[in-house]
Amino acid sequence: MSDVTDLPPAIRFSKVSKVFGGVKALQDVAFEVGQGEVHCLAGENGCGKSTLIKIITGVYQPEPGTEMELFGERLSAITPNVARQMGIAVIWQDLALFPEMTVAENIAFETMLGNRPRFVDYGALRARAEAALARLEVSLDLDARLGTLPIAQRQVVAIARALVSDARLIFMDEPTASLTQAETDALLAVVRTLSARGVAVVFVSHRLAEVLEIASRVTVVRDGRLVGVYPTAGMTQGRLTELMTGKTFDHQVMARDTSADPVVMEVAGLTRRGEFRDVSFQLRRGEVLGLTGLIGAGRTELAHVLFGMAAPEAGRIVLGGREVRFASNRDAVAAGVAYVSEDRLALGLIQPQSISDNAVLSVLRRITGASGLMSPKRQEDLVAHWVRELAVKIGKPGDAVSTLSGGNQQRVVLAKWLATEPKVLILDCPTVGVDVGARAGIFRIVRELAAKGLAILLISDEVSEVHVNADRVLHMAGGRIVGEYDPRATTLEALEAAVYA
Amino acid sequence: MMDRIKQAFGPEVPGLLGFLLLVVVVFGVTAPNFLTGANLGSIAFQLPELGILTLAMLIPIISGGFNLAIIYTANMAGLTLAFVLMQFGGVDAGVGPFLLGTVLALLVGALSGAAMGAVIAYIGAHPILVSLAMMIFLRGLGEFLTKGGDISGFPQYLAVLGHGSFLGIPVPLILFGLCALAWHILLTRTRHGFAARMIGSNLRATTYSGVHTKRTLVLIYTLSGVMCAIAGILMLSRFNSVRVGHGEALLLVTVLACFLGGVDPFGGFGRVVPVVIALVVLQVLSSGLNLLGANQHLSTAVWGLFLVGVMILRWGAGRWKERKRGRV
Repeated sequence: MSDVTDLPPAIRFSKVSKVFGGVKALQDVAFEVGQGEVHCLAGENGCGKSTLIKIITGVYQPEPGTEMELFGERLSAITPNVARQMGIAVIWQDLALFPEMTVAENIAFETMLGNRPRFVDYGALRARAEAALARLEVSLDLDARLGTLPIAQRQVVAIARALVSDARLIFMDEPTASLTQAETDALLAVVRTLSARGVAVVFVSHRLAEVLEIASRVTVVRDGRLVGVYPTAGMTQGRLTELMTGKTFDHQVMARDTSADPVVMEVAGLTRRGEFRDVSFQLRRGEVLGLTGLIGAGRTELAHVLFGMAAPEAGRIVLGGREVRFASNRDAVAAGVAYVSEDRLALGLIQPQSISDNAVLSVLRRITGASGLMSPKRQEDLVAHWVRELAVKIGKPGDAVSTLSGGNQQRVVLAKWLATEPKVLILDCPTVGVDVGARAGIFRIVRELAAKGLAILLISDEVSEVHVNADRVLHMAGGRIVGEYDPRATTLEALEAAVYA
Repeated sequence: MMDRIKQAFGPEVPGLLGFLLLVVVVFGVTAPNFLTGANLGSIAFQLPELGILTLAMLIPIISGGFNLAIIYTANMAGLTLAFVLMQFGGVDAGVGPFLLGTVLALLVGALSGAAMGAVIAYIGAHPILVSLAMMIFLRGLGEFLTKGGDISGFPQYLAVLGHGSFLGIPVPLILFGLCALAWHILLTRTRHGFAARMIGSNLRATTYSGVHTKRTLVLIYTLSGVMCAIAGILMLSRFNSVRVGHGEALLLVTVLACFLGGVDPFGGFGRVVPVVIALVVLQVLSSGLNLLGANQHLSTAVWGLFLVGVMILRWGAGRWKERKRGRV
């Protein structure tokens, strides 16, 4: 990492302010990134990170008084075109690629956009794509359709595309959110290569571990104000979380001994070919059972079988002393199993529909009167009850659920399932896309529910989450349960070493 | 007050009522015969046919689908009733055969819808393809059965259904009102109606929430088919004849009416009341232009322009609201 250079910084912005309809989104923020530096821009959702990026890339115009300098050049105004010509590129989380086109076309198509219509020179296109990938020291099949590649490789394609248009500074928005550990490592290697070649990279992330691993400095923004710029050497995850949220969190292990409590769910020899085999465990009343492992270990597939979305090929599920066979997830819900999906955007909630309608979707029968008609009054009461109970911050119950923050959306999902009065609650990566500050709130609810006797299966690929919040931890790898740990007798480091080995 | 109207009937309602008022005032001033009982009566008799067919199109669209087969399902149901009446003496058939024929016609409509719903729900085929197949199948079958001609000569008492009035209100309009009321209740107060909206936004998430989405889909298309059958019976009694291609031109007009009424073309959102107002606006436009001596085809063109105009206005209103709220 070449952070000590005589070159002017890639970005030097100061006194950045931005007001939207009277709301101060940014106030007097300074941001500086050296050429070839790997920098992290950290902060919770809504802190102003995205606004800052959009100002730097010319999407938004800042308030007068903002001082802007790119690669040593003072600018009075930036348009998206100017930013691109100066070599600023942004890779948003959704990547903005074309799934139906090939790798080569995705990387180099922009160079083919001429001022007048002409034919595509596929030879030149492939050559440029190949050169870009070579700069990243990565090899990919140039003719593969992008949609067939895993997310990690698509990200490499997005980076290569930025290089083709001569990017000298690349913003990466939550690049590791959906990657496995191995994929994350590969991405970080690519970032190091970029940095060595003088391309600066700014990570915008709230997954903190890898940020500390790779960045040389971190700029923390909170509520539209600059908290500070810190070297990552000597910075801990805990300290960074405190800076981002302005609150302190205790990382105390919550585990209790629940071995004397009655078993609610027992799974024995559960097998589904190609997904998992011979899975056995007991889940007790009031227990939070952690289940961790890498993506692809079979965790979500197991959860789907427990929730009746797929049938096991062997083994049995015993619920409250009776063996159950679910023909569909409706049977599972009726038997008292609830499942919070890892994919809140696509499966957990119906994003365009209202908070109120989402919250009652699992209990339509309950809000139906003797006449067979649904009662708006009962719906209103039920929603009001759960909004209060789970402290969901909402505007109106009729607002689209997509208007809520990740943490509040997850509370709506919880409300939807708690309304079914489950005995077993399966939480599949419940903090994906939820701010660090809001995660603590979610887990506080989880512990309260357990204290009331709910049996909870907590699935997470963040080992620290299960270590802190679970009473027992199961480690799943390659479709099998390969270990069981007591968080009180195992350090986080030992558990992480076992899982990431 | 405005908020309550918006909450109960949909945010589109005040705007559409404004449009209706505008259209009525413009034609009231320019077309001398517009505000006469005869003209309003003719609107009231013409509206229900298109209206009931639009209701049949409405719930599949709300569920994220489509029903291209509405016209042929309606005429197939009409043919069923006609066959029964013919078997019992045509003009001389009694009320008994009419009731029998009506039940069978409703069954035919339900069957057509249920078949489409089952394929859509259980095979996962796209509703446009499934209903296209059903539409072509029914058209071919109908032409085969009627040899491409009309069936006519029905009992006198059917005129009551098609042209009669009850307490001064046209019987077809009463029928349409009842159908619209049933649909309003279905969509706002029943579990299947609720599920239909959710399915329209996100089928998988609805299934994950423990809703029997397949059953709801089959029911939606079955009810759509039943609504088609009601339209078919009404058409039979209004024209005193049945032909398999009757009302073909109405197919896409029903879609137009849905979109004018604020139904989301991608599913998930739509209400009955604004769609009914949109239907009235369309009918008033066409009858007003007719009185001004415009060509029938020209009024169809105006309908199209009207939809484009409404879309532009809604876009403008959306932008204005966003501006007011400030982008944060």
